[in-house]
Amino acid sequence: MPNFVDIRDLHFAYGERPILSGLNMQFPKGSVVAVMGGSGSGKTTVLRLIGGQLRASSGSVTVDGQDVGSLNLQGLYAMRRRMGMLFQHGALFTDLTVFDNVAFPLRENTHLPEEMIRDLVLMKLHAVGLSNAAQLKPAEISGGMARRVALARAVALDPQLIMYDEPFAGLDPISMGVTANLIRKLNDALGSTTILVSHDVHESFSIADHVYFLSQGRIVAHGTPQQMRESDDPYVKQFVHAEADGPVPFHYPGRSIAEQLGMREGA
Amino acid sequence: MIIEVLSHLGASVRSGLAALGAAGRTFAELIAASGTVLRRPRLVTDQVHFIGNYSLVIIAVSGLFVGFVLGLQGYYTLNKYGSEQALGLLVALSLIRELGAVVTALLFAGRAGTSLTAEIGLMKAGEQLAAMEMMAVDPMRRVLAPRFWAGVIAMPVLAAIFSAVGVLGGYIVGVRLIGVDEGAFWSQMQAGVDVWADVLYGVIKSFVFGVAVTFIALYEGYCAAPTPEGVARATTRTVVIGSLMVLWLDFLLTALMFS
Repeated sequence: MPNFVDIRDLHFAYGERPILSGLNMQFPKGSVVAVMGGSGSGKTTVLRLIGGQLRASSGSVTVDGQDVGSLNLQGLYAMRRRMGMLFQHGALFTDLTVFDNVAFPLRENTHLPEEMIRDLVLMKLHAVGLSNAAQLKPAEISGGMARRVALARAVALDPQLIMYDEPFAGLDPISMGVTANLIRKLNDALGSTTILVSHDVHESFSIADHVYFLSQGRIVAHGTPQQMRESDDPYVKQFVHAEADGPVPFHYPGRSIAEQLGMREGA
Repeated sequence: MIIEVLSHLGASVRSGLAALGAAGRTFAELIAASGTVLRRPRLVTDQVHFIGNYSLVIIAVSGLFVGFVLGLQGYYTLNKYGSEQALGLLVALSLIRELGAVVTALLFAGRAGTSLTAEIGLMKAGEQLAAMEMMAVDPMRRVLAPRFWAGVIAMPVLAAIFSAVGVLGGYIVGVRLIGVDEGAFWSQMQAGVDVWADVLYGVIKSFVFGVAVTFIALYEGYCAAPTPEGVARATTRTVVIGSLMVLWLDFLLTALMFS
Protein backbone atom coordinates (compact mmCIF):
# COMPACT_ATOMS: atom_id res chain seq x y z
CA MET A 1 0.00 0.00 0.00
CA PRO A 2 1.39 3.49 -0.85
CA ASN A 3 2.49 5.72 2.02
CA PHE A 4 0.25 8.67 2.87
CA VAL A 5 2.92 10.21 5.07
CA ASP A 6 6.61 9.64 4.49
CA ILE A 7 9.38 10.93 6.76
CA ARG A 8 12.96 10.72 5.45
CA ASP A 9 16.12 11.39 7.46
CA LEU A 10 14.38 14.02 9.54
CA HIS A 11 16.35 16.21 11.95
CA PHE A 12 14.82 18.84 14.18
CA ALA A 13 16.25 21.05 16.92
CA TYR A 14 14.94 23.83 19.15
CA GLY A 15 17.86 26.22 18.81
CA GLU A 16 20.93 24.26 19.85
CA ARG A 17 18.94 21.48 21.55
CA PRO A 18 18.39 18.51 19.19
CA ILE A 19 14.91 16.95 19.51
CA LEU A 20 14.73 14.50 16.59
CA SER A 21 17.66 13.00 14.74
CA GLY A 22 17.66 10.88 11.60
CA LEU A 23 14.02 9.80 11.69
CA ASN A 24 12.66 7.54 8.94
CA MET A 25 8.96 6.68 9.25
CA GLN A 26 6.32 5.46 6.85
CA PHE A 27 2.55 5.72 7.35
CA PRO A 28 0.71 3.59 4.74
CA LYS A 29 -2.71 4.71 3.47
CA GLY A 30 -5.61 3.29 5.46
CA SER A 31 -3.52 2.11 8.39
CA VAL A 32 -3.40 3.02 12.07
CA VAL A 33 0.21 3.66 13.11
CA ALA A 34 1.13 4.24 16.74
CA VAL A 35 4.12 6.38 17.70
CA MET A 36 5.12 5.48 21.23
CA GLY A 37 7.72 6.58 23.71
CA GLY A 38 8.15 8.22 27.09
CA SER A 39 7.49 11.86 27.86
CA GLY A 40 9.94 14.14 26.09
CA SER A 41 10.89 11.55 23.46
CA GLY A 42 9.76 13.87 20.63
CA LYS A 43 6.44 12.20 19.74
CA THR A 44 4.35 15.39 19.67
CA THR A 45 7.09 17.15 17.69
CA VAL A 46 6.64 14.55 14.94
CA LEU A 47 2.93 15.48 14.70
CA ARG A 48 3.72 19.19 14.62
CA LEU A 49 6.22 18.62 11.80
CA ILE A 50 3.67 16.63 9.79
CA GLY A 51 1.05 19.36 10.33
CA GLY A 52 3.54 22.04 9.25
CA GLN A 53 3.43 23.87 12.60
CA LEU A 54 7.19 23.34 12.84
CA ARG A 55 9.79 23.19 10.08
CA ALA A 56 12.43 20.48 9.97
CA SER A 57 16.11 21.43 10.27
CA SER A 58 16.89 18.90 7.54
CA GLY A 59 15.28 15.91 5.86
CA SER A 60 11.76 15.78 4.46
CA VAL A 61 8.16 15.21 5.51
CA THR A 62 5.87 14.27 2.63
CA VAL A 63 2.09 14.17 2.98
CA ASP A 64 0.20 12.65 0.04
CA GLY A 65 3.16 13.38 -2.23
CA GLN A 66 3.57 17.02 -1.09
CA ASP A 67 6.71 18.16 0.70
CA VAL A 68 5.39 19.94 3.80
CA GLY A 69 8.57 21.98 4.30
CA SER A 70 8.30 23.66 0.90
CA LEU A 71 4.64 24.75 1.22
CA ASN A 72 3.72 28.40 1.77
CA LEU A 73 0.96 29.40 4.21
CA GLN A 74 -1.82 28.95 1.64
CA GLY A 75 -0.45 25.58 0.61
CA LEU A 76 -0.24 24.55 4.25
CA TYR A 77 -3.84 25.56 4.91
CA ALA A 78 -4.98 23.67 1.80
CA MET A 79 -3.15 20.59 3.10
CA ARG A 80 -4.55 20.99 6.62
CA ARG A 81 -8.11 20.96 5.26
CA ARG A 82 -7.45 17.29 4.52
CA MET A 83 -6.12 16.64 8.01
CA GLY A 84 -7.77 16.33 11.38
CA MET A 85 -5.96 16.62 14.68
CA LEU A 86 -6.97 15.75 18.19
CA PHE A 87 -4.97 17.75 20.74
CA GLN A 88 -3.82 16.33 24.04
CA HIS A 89 -6.43 18.15 26.12
CA GLY A 90 -9.05 18.42 23.38
CA ALA A 91 -8.45 22.15 22.79
CA LEU A 92 -12.20 22.78 22.51
CA PHE A 93 -13.28 26.40 22.17
CA THR A 94 -14.56 27.09 25.65
CA ASP A 95 -16.91 29.91 24.62
CA LEU A 96 -18.76 27.73 22.08
CA THR A 97 -21.23 24.90 22.65
CA VAL A 98 -20.40 21.30 21.78
CA PHE A 99 -22.46 21.74 18.59
CA ASP A 100 -20.69 24.95 17.55
CA ASN A 101 -17.28 23.39 18.26
CA VAL A 102 -17.95 20.57 15.81
CA ALA A 103 -19.58 22.99 13.34
CA PHE A 104 -16.56 25.34 13.48
CA PRO A 105 -14.37 23.73 10.77
CA LEU A 106 -17.44 23.23 8.56
CA ARG A 107 -18.55 26.86 8.86
CA GLU A 108 -15.04 28.22 8.36
CA ASN A 109 -13.91 25.99 5.50
CA THR A 110 -17.08 25.28 3.51
CA HIS A 111 -20.03 27.23 2.12
CA LEU A 112 -22.59 24.61 3.13
CA PRO A 113 -26.07 25.80 4.10
CA GLU A 114 -26.78 25.86 7.84
CA GLU A 115 -29.33 23.01 7.63
CA MET A 116 -26.73 20.72 6.09
CA ILE A 117 -24.14 21.74 8.68
CA ARG A 118 -26.68 20.91 11.39
CA ASP A 119 -27.25 17.43 9.95
CA LEU A 120 -23.51 16.77 9.52
CA VAL A 121 -22.68 17.92 13.04
CA LEU A 122 -25.43 15.79 14.58
CA MET A 123 -24.19 12.78 12.59
CA LYS A 124 -20.62 13.30 13.80
CA LEU A 125 -21.80 13.77 17.37
CA HIS A 126 -23.96 10.67 17.06
CA ALA A 127 -20.89 8.71 15.92
CA VAL A 128 -19.17 9.59 19.21
CA GLY A 129 -22.39 9.08 21.22
CA LEU A 130 -22.94 12.72 22.14
CA SER A 131 -25.73 14.02 19.91
CA ASN A 132 -27.80 14.72 23.02
CA ALA A 133 -25.03 16.85 24.53
CA ALA A 134 -24.97 19.22 21.54
CA GLN A 135 -26.13 22.30 23.44
CA LEU A 136 -23.79 21.90 26.43
CA LYS A 137 -20.67 24.01 26.93
CA PRO A 138 -17.26 22.27 27.24
CA ALA A 139 -17.17 23.20 30.96
CA GLU A 140 -20.37 21.17 31.50
CA ILE A 141 -19.07 17.83 30.19
CA SER A 142 -16.51 15.35 31.55
CA GLY A 143 -12.93 15.03 30.31
CA GLY A 144 -13.74 11.82 28.43
CA MET A 145 -16.73 13.43 26.75
CA ALA A 146 -14.65 16.50 25.83
CA ARG A 147 -12.12 14.21 24.17
CA ARG A 148 -14.92 12.61 22.13
CA VAL A 149 -16.25 16.03 21.10
CA ALA A 150 -12.74 16.97 19.98
CA LEU A 151 -12.65 13.68 18.05
CA ALA A 152 -15.94 14.56 16.31
CA ARG A 153 -14.50 17.99 15.48
CA ALA A 154 -11.27 16.47 14.14
CA VAL A 155 -13.21 14.28 11.69
CA ALA A 156 -15.82 16.93 10.79
CA LEU A 157 -14.37 17.45 7.31
CA ASP A 158 -13.83 13.70 6.70
CA PRO A 159 -10.04 14.08 6.68
CA GLN A 160 -7.68 11.76 4.86
CA LEU A 161 -5.21 11.92 7.72
CA ILE A 162 -6.16 11.97 11.40
CA MET A 163 -3.53 12.66 14.05
CA TYR A 164 -4.09 11.99 17.73
CA ASP A 165 -1.87 13.49 20.41
CA GLU A 166 -2.18 11.39 23.58
CA PRO A 167 -5.89 10.62 23.13
CA PHE A 168 -5.95 8.33 26.19
CA ALA A 169 -4.18 10.59 28.69
CA GLY A 170 -6.23 11.21 31.82
CA LEU A 171 -9.17 9.01 30.79
CA ASP A 172 -10.87 6.36 32.92
CA PRO A 173 -10.63 2.76 31.64
CA ILE A 174 -14.13 2.80 30.10
CA SER A 175 -13.57 6.08 28.24
CA MET A 176 -10.16 4.79 27.16
CA GLY A 177 -11.63 1.64 25.58
CA VAL A 178 -14.43 3.65 23.96
CA THR A 179 -11.95 6.17 22.51
CA ALA A 180 -9.63 3.43 21.19
CA ASN A 181 -12.54 1.69 19.44
CA LEU A 182 -13.71 4.97 17.96
CA ILE A 183 -10.27 5.73 16.58
CA ARG A 184 -10.14 2.41 14.77
CA LYS A 185 -13.75 2.54 13.55
CA LEU A 186 -13.48 6.11 12.28
CA ASN A 187 -10.27 5.28 10.43
CA ASP A 188 -11.88 2.29 8.71
CA ALA A 189 -15.18 4.07 7.99
CA LEU A 190 -13.51 7.13 6.47
CA GLY A 191 -10.78 5.14 4.71
CA SER A 192 -8.26 7.55 6.19
CA THR A 193 -4.79 7.15 7.68
CA THR A 194 -4.29 7.48 11.42
CA ILE A 195 -1.22 8.51 13.40
CA LEU A 196 -1.63 7.80 17.07
CA VAL A 197 0.84 9.33 19.50
CA SER A 198 0.50 7.68 22.86
CA HIS A 199 2.30 6.05 25.75
CA ASP A 200 -0.58 3.74 26.57
CA VAL A 201 0.66 0.30 25.50
CA HIS A 202 -2.51 -1.73 25.98
CA GLU A 203 -4.94 0.53 24.09
CA SER A 204 -2.48 1.45 21.33
CA PHE A 205 -1.47 -2.17 20.66
CA SER A 206 -5.15 -3.19 20.49
CA ILE A 207 -5.88 -0.93 17.50
CA ALA A 208 -2.56 -0.22 15.73
CA ASP A 209 -1.32 -1.95 12.57
CA HIS A 210 2.24 -0.80 13.10
CA VAL A 211 4.14 0.69 16.05
CA TYR A 212 7.19 2.99 16.19
CA PHE A 213 9.12 3.36 19.44
CA LEU A 214 10.88 6.68 19.97
CA SER A 215 13.48 7.40 22.58
CA GLN A 216 15.46 10.62 22.84
CA GLY A 217 14.52 11.64 19.34
CA ARG A 218 15.47 8.38 17.65
CA ILE A 219 13.53 5.33 16.53
CA VAL A 220 14.67 2.45 18.69
CA ALA A 221 12.29 -0.21 17.37
CA HIS A 222 9.30 -0.68 15.08
CA GLY A 223 7.01 -3.44 13.90
CA THR A 224 3.57 -4.92 14.44
CA PRO A 225 2.16 -4.90 17.99
CA GLN A 226 2.78 -8.67 18.16
CA GLN A 227 6.44 -8.25 17.16
CA MET A 228 6.82 -5.53 19.79
CA ARG A 229 5.36 -7.73 22.51
CA GLU A 230 7.89 -10.42 21.66
CA SER A 231 10.80 -8.03 21.17
CA ASP A 232 14.06 -8.57 23.06
CA ASP A 233 15.07 -4.93 22.72
CA PRO A 234 15.72 -3.72 26.29
CA TYR A 235 13.96 -0.38 25.73
CA VAL A 236 10.86 -2.00 24.20
CA LYS A 237 10.80 -4.61 26.98
CA GLN A 238 11.02 -1.94 29.66
CA PHE A 239 8.29 0.12 28.03
CA VAL A 240 5.87 -2.70 27.17
CA HIS A 241 6.20 -4.37 30.56
CA ALA A 242 6.31 -1.06 32.46
CA GLU A 243 9.55 -1.85 34.31
CA ALA A 244 10.79 0.91 36.61
CA ASP A 245 14.45 0.71 35.65
CA GLY A 246 16.23 -0.19 32.42
CA PRO A 247 17.65 1.80 29.51
CA VAL A 248 15.37 4.64 30.67
CA PRO A 249 16.83 5.32 34.13
CA PHE A 250 14.58 5.88 37.12
CA HIS A 251 16.85 8.61 38.47
CA TYR A 252 17.42 11.91 36.72
CA PRO A 253 21.12 11.84 35.76
CA GLY A 254 23.57 13.72 37.99
CA ARG A 255 25.29 13.28 41.34
CA SER A 256 24.56 10.25 43.50
CA ILE A 257 22.47 10.65 46.63
CA ALA A 258 25.56 9.94 48.78
CA GLU A 259 27.32 12.90 47.18
CA GLN A 260 24.28 15.14 47.57
CA LEU A 261 24.07 14.26 51.27
CA GLY A 262 27.74 15.06 51.69
CA MET A 263 28.60 11.50 52.71
CA ARG A 264 31.25 11.23 49.99
CA GLU A 265 33.45 13.76 48.22
CA GLY A 266 31.86 14.92 44.96
CA ALA A 267 33.44 13.98 41.67
CA MET B 1 32.93 47.90 35.13
CA ILE B 2 32.33 50.39 32.29
CA ILE B 3 32.45 47.58 29.74
CA GLU B 4 29.83 45.71 31.76
CA VAL B 5 27.51 48.72 31.90
CA LEU B 6 27.96 49.31 28.18
CA SER B 7 27.28 45.69 27.30
CA HIS B 8 24.13 45.71 29.48
CA LEU B 9 23.03 48.89 27.76
CA GLY B 10 23.74 47.42 24.34
CA ALA B 11 21.87 44.23 25.17
CA SER B 12 18.80 46.09 26.43
CA VAL B 13 18.76 48.40 23.37
CA ARG B 14 19.06 45.40 21.08
CA SER B 15 16.30 43.44 22.81
CA GLY B 16 14.13 46.57 22.89
CA LEU B 17 14.57 47.07 19.15
CA ALA B 18 13.86 43.39 18.50
CA ALA B 19 10.65 43.58 20.57
CA LEU B 20 9.60 46.72 18.72
CA GLY B 21 10.30 45.02 15.40
CA ALA B 22 8.28 41.95 16.38
CA ALA B 23 5.36 44.13 17.49
CA GLY B 24 5.57 46.14 14.25
CA ARG B 25 5.51 42.96 12.19
CA THR B 26 2.51 41.60 14.08
CA PHE B 27 0.73 44.94 13.59
CA ALA B 28 1.36 44.77 9.84
CA GLU B 29 0.08 41.16 9.78
CA LEU B 30 -3.00 42.22 11.72
CA ILE B 31 -3.79 45.00 9.26
CA ALA B 32 -3.16 42.65 6.33
CA ALA B 33 -5.54 40.09 7.91
CA SER B 34 -8.31 42.65 8.32
CA GLY B 35 -10.04 41.79 5.03
CA THR B 36 -12.15 39.25 6.92
CA VAL B 37 -13.64 42.11 8.92
CA LEU B 38 -15.23 43.50 5.76
CA ARG B 39 -16.35 40.11 4.48
CA ARG B 40 -17.80 39.01 7.82
CA PRO B 41 -18.85 42.17 9.71
CA ARG B 42 -20.84 40.01 12.13
CA LEU B 43 -17.57 38.92 13.77
CA VAL B 44 -16.81 42.58 14.58
CA THR B 45 -20.30 43.59 15.70
CA ASP B 46 -20.38 40.66 18.13
CA GLN B 47 -17.10 41.84 19.63
CA VAL B 48 -18.18 45.51 19.75
CA HIS B 49 -21.21 44.35 21.72
CA PHE B 50 -19.03 42.23 23.99
CA ILE B 51 -16.27 44.84 24.58
CA GLY B 52 -18.75 47.72 24.82
CA ASN B 53 -20.85 45.89 27.39
CA TYR B 54 -17.74 45.13 29.41
CA SER B 55 -16.79 48.78 29.74
CA LEU B 56 -20.09 50.70 29.54
CA VAL B 57 -20.96 50.78 33.25
CA ILE B 58 -17.49 51.68 34.49
CA ILE B 59 -17.14 54.35 31.77
CA ALA B 60 -20.54 55.92 32.54
CA VAL B 61 -20.05 55.93 36.32
CA SER B 62 -16.50 57.32 36.02
CA GLY B 63 -17.72 59.98 33.58
CA LEU B 64 -20.38 61.06 36.04
CA PHE B 65 -17.92 61.43 38.92
CA VAL B 66 -15.31 63.19 36.80
CA GLY B 67 -18.10 65.60 35.77
CA PHE B 68 -19.02 66.14 39.43
CA VAL B 69 -15.42 66.97 40.32
CA LEU B 70 -14.98 69.24 37.31
CA GLY B 71 -18.15 71.08 38.32
CA LEU B 72 -16.91 71.59 41.87
CA GLN B 73 -13.30 72.50 41.08
CA GLY B 74 -14.27 74.61 38.07
CA TYR B 75 -16.77 76.57 40.11
CA TYR B 76 -14.24 77.11 42.92
CA THR B 77 -11.68 78.63 40.51
CA LEU B 78 -14.05 80.53 38.22
CA ASN B 79 -15.95 82.02 41.16
CA LYS B 80 -12.77 83.82 42.27
CA TYR B 81 -12.90 85.83 39.07
CA GLY B 82 -16.67 86.14 38.93
CA SER B 83 -16.91 84.11 35.77
CA GLU B 84 -18.80 81.06 36.99
CA GLN B 85 -21.09 81.36 33.93
CA ALA B 86 -18.23 79.83 31.95
CA LEU B 87 -18.49 76.63 34.00
CA GLY B 88 -20.36 74.76 31.23
CA LEU B 89 -17.65 75.66 28.73
CA LEU B 90 -14.85 74.60 31.12
CA VAL B 91 -16.47 71.24 31.86
CA ALA B 92 -17.24 70.52 28.20
CA LEU B 93 -13.82 71.51 26.85
CA SER B 94 -11.93 69.58 29.54
CA LEU B 95 -13.92 66.47 28.76
CA ILE B 96 -14.03 66.70 24.99
CA ARG B 97 -10.43 67.74 24.42
CA GLU B 98 -8.68 65.69 27.09
CA LEU B 99 -10.38 63.77 29.82
CA GLY B 100 -12.99 61.96 27.75
CA ALA B 101 -10.45 60.33 25.47
CA VAL B 102 -7.68 59.81 28.04
CA VAL B 103 -9.65 58.51 31.02
CA THR B 104 -11.78 56.29 28.76
CA ALA B 105 -8.61 54.80 27.25
CA LEU B 106 -7.10 54.18 30.71
CA LEU B 107 -10.29 52.55 31.96
CA PHE B 108 -10.60 50.58 28.73
CA ALA B 109 -7.05 49.24 29.17
CA GLY B 110 -7.92 48.11 32.68
CA ARG B 111 -11.33 46.65 31.89
CA ALA B 112 -11.59 45.42 28.28
CA GLY B 113 -7.83 45.31 27.57
CA THR B 114 -7.06 42.91 30.37
CA SER B 115 -9.93 40.62 29.43
CA LEU B 116 -8.77 40.58 25.80
CA THR B 117 -5.21 39.69 26.88
CA ALA B 118 -6.40 36.97 29.25
CA GLU B 119 -8.80 35.55 26.66
CA ILE B 120 -6.18 35.32 23.90
CA GLY B 121 -3.49 34.13 26.34
CA LEU B 122 -5.71 31.36 27.68
CA MET B 123 -6.77 30.37 24.17
CA LYS B 124 -3.08 29.99 23.39
CA ALA B 125 -2.35 28.09 26.61
CA GLY B 126 -5.30 25.75 25.94
CA GLU B 127 -3.96 25.06 22.42
CA GLN B 128 -7.13 26.58 20.95
CA LEU B 129 -5.15 28.83 18.60
CA ALA B 130 -2.98 25.89 17.49
CA ALA B 131 -6.15 23.81 16.97
CA MET B 132 -7.56 26.61 14.82
CA GLU B 133 -4.39 26.67 12.71
CA MET B 134 -4.64 22.91 12.26
CA MET B 135 -8.24 23.39 11.05
CA ALA B 136 -6.82 25.69 8.34
CA VAL B 137 -8.27 28.77 10.08
CA ASP B 138 -5.89 31.69 10.60
CA PRO B 139 -6.27 32.95 14.22
CA MET B 140 -5.04 36.35 13.08
CA ARG B 141 -8.07 36.66 10.77
CA ARG B 142 -10.64 34.83 12.83
CA VAL B 143 -9.76 35.91 16.39
CA LEU B 144 -7.41 38.90 16.48
CA ALA B 145 -8.57 41.14 13.60
CA PRO B 146 -12.28 41.25 14.64
CA ARG B 147 -11.32 42.06 18.23
CA PHE B 148 -8.89 44.73 17.09
CA TRP B 149 -11.42 46.59 14.96
CA ALA B 150 -14.10 46.17 17.62
CA GLY B 151 -11.80 47.92 20.11
CA VAL B 152 -11.00 50.67 17.61
CA ILE B 153 -14.72 51.26 16.98
CA ALA B 154 -15.77 50.97 20.62
CA MET B 155 -13.22 53.44 22.01
CA PRO B 156 -14.54 56.70 20.43
CA VAL B 157 -18.11 55.65 21.22
CA LEU B 158 -17.22 55.00 24.86
CA ALA B 159 -15.28 58.28 25.02
CA ALA B 160 -18.34 60.12 23.66
CA ILE B 161 -20.51 58.48 26.32
CA PHE B 162 -17.94 59.41 28.98
CA SER B 163 -17.94 63.07 27.88
CA ALA B 164 -21.74 63.26 27.62
CA VAL B 165 -22.25 61.78 31.07
CA GLY B 166 -19.45 64.02 32.41
CA VAL B 167 -21.18 67.16 31.10
CA LEU B 168 -24.33 65.92 32.81
CA GLY B 169 -22.34 65.47 36.04
CA GLY B 170 -20.98 69.04 35.76
CA TYR B 171 -24.54 70.27 35.18
CA ILE B 172 -25.89 68.45 38.24
CA VAL B 173 -23.22 69.87 40.55
CA GLY B 174 -22.86 73.33 38.95
CA VAL B 175 -26.44 74.18 38.10
CA ARG B 176 -28.61 71.99 40.32
CA LEU B 177 -26.57 71.97 43.51
CA ILE B 178 -24.47 75.18 43.44
CA GLY B 179 -26.91 77.33 41.48
CA VAL B 180 -24.95 78.53 38.43
CA ASP B 181 -27.32 80.04 35.86
CA GLU B 182 -28.65 77.27 33.63
CA GLY B 183 -28.93 79.42 30.50
CA ALA B 184 -25.34 80.63 30.83
CA PHE B 185 -24.10 77.09 31.49
CA TRP B 186 -25.50 75.71 28.22
CA SER B 187 -25.15 78.80 25.99
CA GLN B 188 -21.47 79.35 26.86
CA MET B 189 -20.87 75.69 26.07
CA GLN B 190 -22.72 75.95 22.76
CA ALA B 191 -20.84 79.08 21.75
CA GLY B 192 -17.39 77.97 22.89
CA VAL B 193 -17.11 74.35 21.73
CA ASP B 194 -15.97 74.03 18.14
CA VAL B 195 -17.07 70.92 16.22
CA TRP B 196 -13.83 70.65 14.27
CA ALA B 197 -11.13 72.00 16.55
CA ASP B 198 -12.49 70.41 19.71
CA VAL B 199 -14.89 67.51 19.02
CA LEU B 200 -13.10 66.12 15.97
CA TYR B 201 -9.69 66.30 17.63
CA GLY B 202 -11.12 64.50 20.63
CA VAL B 203 -12.50 61.78 18.38
CA ILE B 204 -9.16 61.46 16.55
CA LYS B 205 -7.41 61.08 19.91
CA SER B 206 -9.68 58.32 21.10
CA PHE B 207 -9.39 56.56 17.74
CA VAL B 208 -5.58 56.56 18.10
CA PHE B 209 -5.88 55.37 21.71
CA GLY B 210 -8.25 52.64 20.53
CA VAL B 211 -5.67 51.40 18.01
CA ALA B 212 -2.85 51.52 20.60
CA VAL B 213 -4.61 49.98 23.60
CA THR B 214 -6.42 47.25 21.68
CA PHE B 215 -3.30 46.27 19.77
CA ILE B 216 -1.20 46.14 22.95
CA ALA B 217 -3.84 43.99 24.67
CA LEU B 218 -4.05 41.55 21.75
CA TYR B 219 -0.30 41.44 21.18
CA GLU B 220 0.46 40.74 24.84
CA GLY B 221 -2.09 37.91 24.87
CA TYR B 222 -0.82 36.49 21.57
CA CYS B 223 2.81 36.53 22.73
CA ALA B 224 2.11 35.42 26.31
CA ALA B 225 3.97 32.38 27.63
CA PRO B 226 1.33 29.59 27.62
CA THR B 227 1.37 29.18 31.41
CA PRO B 228 -0.68 30.72 34.27
CA GLU B 229 2.27 32.99 35.18
CA GLY B 230 2.75 33.95 31.53
CA VAL B 231 -0.89 35.03 31.16
CA ALA B 232 -0.79 36.89 34.50
CA ARG B 233 2.35 38.75 33.44
CA ALA B 234 0.87 39.59 30.04
CA THR B 235 -2.29 40.98 31.66
CA THR B 236 -0.23 43.26 33.92
CA ARG B 237 1.88 44.40 30.98
CA THR B 238 -1.26 45.31 29.04
CA VAL B 239 -2.31 47.75 31.78
CA VAL B 240 1.17 49.19 32.36
CA ILE B 241 2.26 49.55 28.73
CA GLY B 242 -1.25 50.48 27.54
CA SER B 243 -1.62 53.26 30.15
CA LEU B 244 1.84 54.70 29.58
CA MET B 245 1.31 54.58 25.82
CA VAL B 246 -2.00 56.47 26.18
CA LEU B 247 -0.40 59.22 28.28
CA TRP B 248 2.57 59.53 25.93
CA LEU B 249 0.37 59.60 22.81
CA ASP B 250 -1.90 62.15 24.48
CA PHE B 251 1.03 64.48 25.02
CA LEU B 252 2.18 63.97 21.44
CA LEU B 253 -1.27 64.51 19.91
CA THR B 254 -2.05 67.51 22.10
CA ALA B 255 1.23 69.10 21.07
CA LEU B 256 0.42 68.45 17.41
CA MET B 257 -3.24 69.47 17.46
CA PHE B 258 -3.56 72.34 19.88
CA SER B 259 -0.22 74.10 19.66
